[in-house]
Amino acid sequence: MTSEAIALGGRPTVVGRRLRKRFPLLVGMAFAIMGAVVVCALASDLIAPYDPNQQNLSESALRPSAEHLLGTDQLGRDIASRVVYGARTALVGPVLVAVGGFTIGTFLGLLAGYLGGRTDSLVMRWVDLMFALPGLLVTVVIVGIVGGGYWMAVALLVVFFSPSDTRIVRGEALRQRSLPYVEAARTLGLSRRRIMFRHIGPNVLPIVLAYVFLDFAFALVSLSGLAFLGIGVSPGTPDWGLMLFENRNLLFRNPAAAVAPGIAIVATAASMNLIGDWLYERSTGRTDLRS
Amino acid sequence: MGWLPRLVFRRLAVLIPLLAIVSVGVFLLLQLAPGDTARVLVGAKPATPETLAAIRARYHLDLPLLEQYLYWIRGVLQGDFGRSIVTNQPVTDVIAQRLPLTLYLGTYGFLITVGIGLPLGIVAALRRQTGLDRSIVAVSVVGVSAPAFATGILLLYVFGVVLGWFPTFGPGRDFLDRLSHLTLPALALAFSALALVVKVTRASTGEELDKDYVAFARARGLSRMRVIGPYAVRNALVSITTAIGLVFVYMLTGTVLVEVTFALPGLGTLLIDSVQALDIPVVQALTLMIAAFIVVVHLGIDISYAVLDPRVRYGRAAA
Repeated sequence: MTSEAIALGGRPTVVGRRLRKRFPLLVGMAFAIMGAVVVCALASDLIAPYDPNQQNLSESALRPSAEHLLGTDQLGRDIASRVVYGARTALVGPVLVAVGGFTIGTFLGLLAGYLGGRTDSLVMRWVDLMFALPGLLVTVVIVGIVGGGYWMAVALLVVFFSPSDTRIVRGEALRQRSLPYVEAARTLGLSRRRIMFRHIGPNVLPIVLAYVFLDFAFALVSLSGLAFLGIGVSPGTPDWGLMLFENRNLLFRNPAAAVAPGIAIVATAASMNLIGDWLYERSTGRTDLRS
Repeated sequence: MGWLPRLVFRRLAVLIPLLAIVSVGVFLLLQLAPGDTARVLVGAKPATPETLAAIRARYHLDLPLLEQYLYWIRGVLQGDFGRSIVTNQPVTDVIAQRLPLTLYLGTYGFLITVGIGLPLGIVAALRRQTGLDRSIVAVSVVGVSAPAFATGILLLYVFGVVLGWFPTFGPGRDFLDRLSHLTLPALALAFSALALVVKVTRASTGEELDKDYVAFARARGLSRMRVIGPYAVRNALVSITTAIGLVFVYMLTGTVLVEVTFALPGLGTLLIDSVQALDIPVVQALTLMIAAFIVVVHLGIDISYAVLDPRVRYGRAAA
């Protein structure tokens, strides 16, 4: 990695020092939080003390106690259990969006960056257009009026997330195409498709991988925003965004009911952002991200 | 013709066709809604054959799609978006009632974003690799990760419920009352956009500070402040302006989330309520307004590029 950093014009000493300084503390915490979220999602049944959908109207909006660690909501459902189960939708949707955006973005980015010319300007015009749109609002309007529910929302977000990946991959592909190994591959008479996907692709991958994590974080923020607005996940699902919406009026009676899912969203998204930033620095040696 | 009108004309030549395409999509929303279009437009009222026939006649539903669109767009250009299905008021009236609050909130949030984000980004760039820089960056990572509604709930809990510094409900009556009612919503709105402004300002100012002309100006004996303000920051403003465009798009979404969080009767809650009630004329009007807003913002950005960077003025594209 260090030699790569030098090749790309980075400042290896400064970066090296920063990485060693930064990993144990913040990034370590980020990995720990993500680990906890994954465990919660996989073993929700074992961890959650109660059935997340078990209503008990005689125990409505209780404050936190030994029995209910985070108290209960309006319908008497256990908040702690619902937060644990919420890890499921918090992982599945964003993973799909990040991977989907990554796949489309890498494909279009390699095409635009390597082929150039009319393909490039066509792809980039599409990217600029998508950047100008408030993706979340378009998703709200389309899913709200045309329908399609959760999967439609995920599909639309994939479309709105792919342009940023496209732009990154295109930039990297542009930089790689003039490197000697690409020229060598061209001299050998390899097909364009092979050069793009077998030669440039793998070299671009580490950088795009960092963006998959950043995309995940933003997808989580977006999907829980949609859930908060009543779009996507069906009512009753233990989802962090939806919980925030349901419990926003309980701030006086049991604040934990609204604050806990909010913190869960922010902590998970911040962890993924930190991991993404860290991966990006590792793979490029540059520190200024998303500029 | 001066450079400014020429620039505006050139950009409008692209943007107006784009708006036209968007308007077709917005028009089609009505057809795409599930179920019979006339029934959708009748809404919750009893759908007698007479009312259905009246609706069909009013919206020209029996004509071919293209003619329907032409009728609709003619109305739209004259400011007539039809009537709300829910309240039966003209859509323009419904929007006019809600607009001031959203404008107030948006302006307030934007001022906070730029007023805090710009100085923070510049300070971080000047003190790179120090503890101050790292804490500013850390806060901005949290900002990117915190959706406006989560920030809103947390602010509401801490400053509204626990400390009781700010009112927790309602939009406020007069200007000053509104200022205190909208402070928490505006902060929630500003927080995530703030992170973006800090990031871009820090990166681009840092980049300018590394350039030779800065080193030269310092060596020539110009004071730090003279170099930073008029030279480095001014050159960095070109990239920052691009980010401001993104900030506006961010804020459109943010306003909707924040208004729902704080139960404010603005355009954002109107959009969500109308989507849920399938009040399509209102949704169409709001969607077109958003599109027009984005077009105006982009036009404004193009103009400020030209003001900031003389190369753009004389026809050479900026990098």
